[in-house]
Amino acid sequence: MSQNKSQAVIIQNPRVTWEGCSVLLDINDGDRLVFARLSAASTLKIGNKNFSLQPLIGCPFGSSFQIEIGDKGPFLSRFVASIEGNNAQEKEDFESQEISKDNRALVDNNKAQSLTGEDIDAMRRQGATGDEIVDALIKNSATFEKKTLFSQEKYKLKKQKKYAPKVLLRRPVARSICEAYFKKYPARIGFLRVDTLSLLLSMANVSANSDVLVVDMVGGLLTGAVAERLGGTGYVCGTYLGGTPYPMDIVRIFNFSDEVCNRIVRAALTELSLTPTVTLEQIHQQENELNMECLSNPQMSSSVSIEEISPSEKEISVPVPENVVSLVNKMGKSTKAGNKASQQAIELWKENGFSSLIIAAPELDIWSLLQDIWPLLSNSAPFAIYHQYLQVAPCDSSLMPSCILMMPLATCMHNLQLGKMAIGLQISEPWLREYQVLPSRTHPCMQMNAFGGYILSGTKICSS
Amino acid sequence: MLPVDPNKKLSFTRSICDGDLVIVYERHDNMKALKVCKDSVLQNRFGVFKHSDWIGKPFGTKVFSNKGGFIYLLAPTPELWTLVLSHRTQILYIADISLVIMYLEIVPGCLVLESGTGSGSLTTSLARAIAPTGHVYTFDFHEQRAASAREDFEKTGLSSLVTVGVRDIQGQGFPDELSGFADSVFLDLPQPWLAIPSAGKTLKPDGVLCSFSPCIEQVQRACDTLRSNFTDIRIFEVLLRTYEVREGKRDCGQADGGNLGSLPRKRRQRSSEGNSAHDNLSYPSVMARPCSEAKGHTGYLTFARLKCLS
Repeated sequence: MSQNKSQAVIIQNPRVTWEGCSVLLDINDGDRLVFARLSAASTLKIGNKNFSLQPLIGCPFGSSFQIEIGDKGPFLSRFVASIEGNNAQEKEDFESQEISKDNRALVDNNKAQSLTGEDIDAMRRQGATGDEIVDALIKNSATFEKKTLFSQEKYKLKKQKKYAPKVLLRRPVARSICEAYFKKYPARIGFLRVDTLSLLLSMANVSANSDVLVVDMVGGLLTGAVAERLGGTGYVCGTYLGGTPYPMDIVRIFNFSDEVCNRIVRAALTELSLTPTVTLEQIHQQENELNMECLSNPQMSSSVSIEEISPSEKEISVPVPENVVSLVNKMGKSTKAGNKASQQAIELWKENGFSSLIIAAPELDIWSLLQDIWPLLSNSAPFAIYHQYLQVAPCDSSLMPSCILMMPLATCMHNLQLGKMAIGLQISEPWLREYQVLPSRTHPCMQMNAFGGYILSGTKICSS
Repeated sequence: MLPVDPNKKLSFTRSICDGDLVIVYERHDNMKALKVCKDSVLQNRFGVFKHSDWIGKPFGTKVFSNKGGFIYLLAPTPELWTLVLSHRTQILYIADISLVIMYLEIVPGCLVLESGTGSGSLTTSLARAIAPTGHVYTFDFHEQRAASAREDFEKTGLSSLVTVGVRDIQGQGFPDELSGFADSVFLDLPQPWLAIPSAGKTLKPDGVLCSFSPCIEQVQRACDTLRSNFTDIRIFEVLLRTYEVREGKRDCGQADGGNLGSLPRKRRQRSSEGNSAHDNLSYPSVMARPCSEAKGHTGYLTFARLKCLS
């Protein structure tokens, strides 16, 4: 126990932000999600104003911020939510009121609110806080008292979002990153839902000290999630067809230490494949291509920031390479993940094989890819393949005999069975339902995501 | 089970040794765990298998009995273990386990608490997630069950990562010496609301709690308790729909371009350009459809994050 405590002191406390750390800002309970890198100069735009993110540095993750008015105008200030008191009374009130109130007296004639826009602006000029404005709106609402407690709550929340926005500081980890992307830009992560991602990691037995081969065409989310589970041990090797590695910008959103970054490497599939040995010339060529990819990063970064960003906001979007680089220089350390795998490591993998394989490559023909990768996978190694499509086939049925049909995972599974290449084969489709649980108001959420993709999983067996 | 020792990592060159834990795979629904013992034999409906024949062979290998029947020998993983462990209680399966690990934000080095231990299905995956530097403290009020779990962790080589305690967490709460140390807490208790205040004390601020309950009434009450010092309360149900894939003959006699769209989904379709050429022919096809039977419910997963109050 004491050993654990002293360890925590030496290592950067991962639960408190620091200058240069990557964060996920959750504005108004998920209405907006912004990845940001904290620095004295970085800002966040709320409404039509820019707010410095300086006050967020050194705060514990999980803290909330609201806008306060200071001498130099509005700024983000941390507020500590109090522990709610005994809510038994509240609940009773709710239950008794619930019976007596309904919406028969509510008329939608737009006359309920007597406070005008000008009144609110005037209050603002006089330095009223957002909460004061919300209180005034409630006082001046003719219908508020007639609402049920539940709709009063809803009303208050709606006004609070507009006049007293809250910023929640979240830790960028696989869970939060995946959820944020899935909510805002699912196509960029190949519609990989968080429960599906979690299944891939389990099914492929990703654990410390393992060497995991990934084909990550989901922006680096998979690579990052694997690296997070490796915790600076083993390796996650991203392999790719052709000369250019797939982008993995999302990896930079995780706050990975150098030890973790060093375990994220990339190698072309041709390099990893057993025959023929790669010539020095080819290696040079590939290195050049890798460098070119680095140079083109500014362009790629725009595809990674969760929100469309105006030029003035550029500091806060993650990852903005200039920012990262300057940070690296200042701290004198390299945080570059995804270096080329060393020749030594490649030789080792050729000899020993990878201990697991995960493929999330919606754009590739899975079966032909798998055939190329198969010899690299160790015997008894588990694998998991993600695919989002039920069927991939030519639209023109007359083309069918002349081309390879891609009924992605079912065909793949069948071929693995026929070839006696793997056992424990299963195609599964996760189904996830979220619930609202509130006093007397529990039910499944009204909106749900209906599709988490398909996974083919199994274990490789020795070829006889 | 875990490559805690990097030399035990799965590899082309690693072979089965005397004393190794192996998963004997007969069929996808028939597996068991065994310790290899050079003088031992395995007897099943396929015949008699001598363990001594297995030693020196790679994991993933097919081995034969005296009668020519065969089985596969696999390296154990937490997923396979979940399928072969002896059920002393109802256990958690892969879909719930995976979401729990992800949502509890468990990574190597974390300190995780669990109650009850049950049959240790989740515990095995928790241990994998915190390895090599973290630790799982798991508690069960049932002394024999705790002892059996300890034996299992010994067998699977996880004892250095897992401590099993005998304790009634609903009645006594988690031990005081763990206060403020836990990154995550998992509760699988009949009355989770009784353990939630103690779980709050052991968690670090912003640490995540998960409570697994089969009944919605339990969830309702747990949430009432959680609201006082937890935030970000999310309740999920996760299930897996599995598919069966088989080869079958499909009669293509009537098939033409026009009605292809109405064929069952995911069915491999083959037709040739000249429609008349394949009248009344049948083709071997890969057919896939969702399995008719599935688990309809396991439990509700309630997640919540300890409020940051300092």
